[in-house]
Amino acid sequence: MQVHIEILFIAIVTSSACAIPGVFLVLRRMTLMSDAISHAILPGIVIAFFFTHTLSSPLLIIAAAGTGVLTVVLVELLQKTELIKEDAAIGLTFPALFSVGVILISRYTRNVHLDMDAVLLGELAYAPLNRLTVLGIDLGPSALIVMGVILILNLVFISLFYKELKLITFDIGLAATLGFTPALIHYGLMTLVSITTVGAFDAVGSILVVALIAGPAATAYLMTDNLTRMLVLSAIIGSINAVVGYLLAYQFDVSIAGTIASVTFLAFVSVFLLVPKRGLLSISRRHLRQKWEFAQTMLVIHLLNHEGLPEAVNESEIAHLHEHLQWEPSFASKVVRYALNNRCVSQDDTQLTLTDRGRTIAEQALVQ
Amino acid sequence: MLIYINNLLNYFDYTLLIVASGAAFLGTVSGALGTYAVLRRQSLMGDAISHAALPGIAIAFLLTGTKIHLLLILGAAIAGWVGTVIIMAIVRLTRIKYDSALALILSTFFGFGLVLHTLIQRTGNANQAGLDTFLFGQAATILKWDVITIGILGGIVLIIMLIFWKELKLLIFDEGFAASIGLPIRTLDVLLTSLLVIAIVIGLQAVGAVLMSAMIVAPAVAARQWTDRFSLMVILAAIFGALSGVIGTIISSTAAHIPTGPTIILCATLFVIISITLAPNRGLVWNSSRHRRNRRNIGMGSNQLFEQHQQKSD
Repeated sequence: MQVHIEILFIAIVTSSACAIPGVFLVLRRMTLMSDAISHAILPGIVIAFFFTHTLSSPLLIIAAAGTGVLTVVLVELLQKTELIKEDAAIGLTFPALFSVGVILISRYTRNVHLDMDAVLLGELAYAPLNRLTVLGIDLGPSALIVMGVILILNLVFISLFYKELKLITFDIGLAATLGFTPALIHYGLMTLVSITTVGAFDAVGSILVVALIAGPAATAYLMTDNLTRMLVLSAIIGSINAVVGYLLAYQFDVSIAGTIASVTFLAFVSVFLLVPKRGLLSISRRHLRQKWEFAQTMLVIHLLNHEGLPEAVNESEIAHLHEHLQWEPSFASKVVRYALNNRCVSQDDTQLTLTDRGRTIAEQALVQ
Repeated sequence: MLIYINNLLNYFDYTLLIVASGAAFLGTVSGALGTYAVLRRQSLMGDAISHAALPGIAIAFLLTGTKIHLLLILGAAIAGWVGTVIIMAIVRLTRIKYDSALALILSTFFGFGLVLHTLIQRTGNANQAGLDTFLFGQAATILKWDVITIGILGGIVLIIMLIFWKELKLLIFDEGFAASIGLPIRTLDVLLTSLLVIAIVIGLQAVGAVLMSAMIVAPAVAARQWTDRFSLMVILAAIFGALSGVIGTIISSTAAHIPTGPTIILCATLFVIISITLAPNRGLVWNSSRHRRNRRNIGMGSNQLFEQHQQKSD
């Protein structure tokens, strides 16, 4: 039982630690940088591994985070030559660094224990086995403590530099004019993303880190226009995905990290469909309503135009509406039914007459 | 150098020939198609497609229980294609930008593939598709039939590309104009994406998912530095891709424990580095020398002006 709770806590802490900086990456259109960083830190990890011979050393995290920042610098240098666009610069840098990592591993670590699968895919189920003990006292799983520290680091950085981060996210020009140094905050953020990515490695591996960073933030972006609210939502969504993902993975005995990623996608899709106002469902319902409302307005204006005039008898004949308004007959009868339901017109045999309500709508529409 | 050539001749056996020709086909196709992706600023589409293909491979394997190359390729292509269609839909229908949509689909599809993979592992099927093979590729295990598959599918992709040459060119350079003269933009977009998907999934086994994205980007970026003409760029990218494939295969065969896929990628990266430094007109060396020359000319020009001015006032 304790193992389950520990895994659950590791999943929640890792997810929220990734989800928070993810917000700034999504808003700054730099999400793919996390993809690049998570691949490119491989050579850093391998080189540090040569010296430490263990996968759970703080030196490893520092070296890997350093490689992450190096990746960002390389991508920006390539972009500065103005010969290569940003997307291509990213697409060139990380496979090259990753290749170096793979070659180093297969050439030099044949006889030492460096499990590629553990690095690239991670396995949350084994995370509690690796414990942090100080002076013989068991402090808990080291993944939990490492990610907890990283989460706190993220929270401290973001609350200290909230104003600056907000400014460089939404108006980098203004930030520079006002004398903030966007580059400093930018690299601070990128260092943080690198550290978070490296820390999350242990638990979820390099590729699914991207899901934890991009998924909750993108989902939260569909729900709100407010940065603070987006940060909170992103952390909450990340945690929910982690809990649901873990429970499902436990139920079906499949990869935990993979299930969390799949749940992340499902969460995004359901928010995309269902969220009030901005969701696909409410948008299409609104479009539909607007279509009928517009048709109804056309109808009442038409009736108002001819009201009390000699041709009114002819013009307000239901059967002739399609001729006058150039509607398909079936569409015309649907519009009439819609208008009748809304009590904008009243039907008298085959003749339509405006109600007071319909008249007001028509007059308002004409004024507008 | 001599030792190298000697090695090269020694290793020029049947297996190497197979692997090298497979890598060359692959490089040609991904280089040519990558040109479109790079020019449309969708370089990372390759990354997304190659990762999103994993669940397709797993499902194809789960359904058929076989490891027939063509079936797995089909599964990969369908999954990769669905992934890109979802990316396009997200960008079109929501405020989520291209980069986030790409990252989301890439990682979550891959995660789902991982889930399916653990399912396959649990069934204990000895025939199971290796995940590390999917990630890094296993060029050394390519057989004659695989090369033929790559050759045929790649050939089809290139032929379709040539048939729709004019339309696709218009699509990437002036989408608005293409729409105004009545070309079906959405269909062409899907066609181009489908070609890219095929070009990528045929390479998954050889180079692997992570590195296939580089095979799309690197040759095209290198080719871009040498020319401003689209047709020349496609040809150059195809040549660079093929050369990277062949050279990478040969280098990795000269010593033990050098995996082929990553070596091919490093070769392609080397082409890029050489191109951005040395290419005429655009290259870094050329640019800095032009810059210096311009500065000197301007300096001389202003001196002359100053002298003329003095003569006049005298």
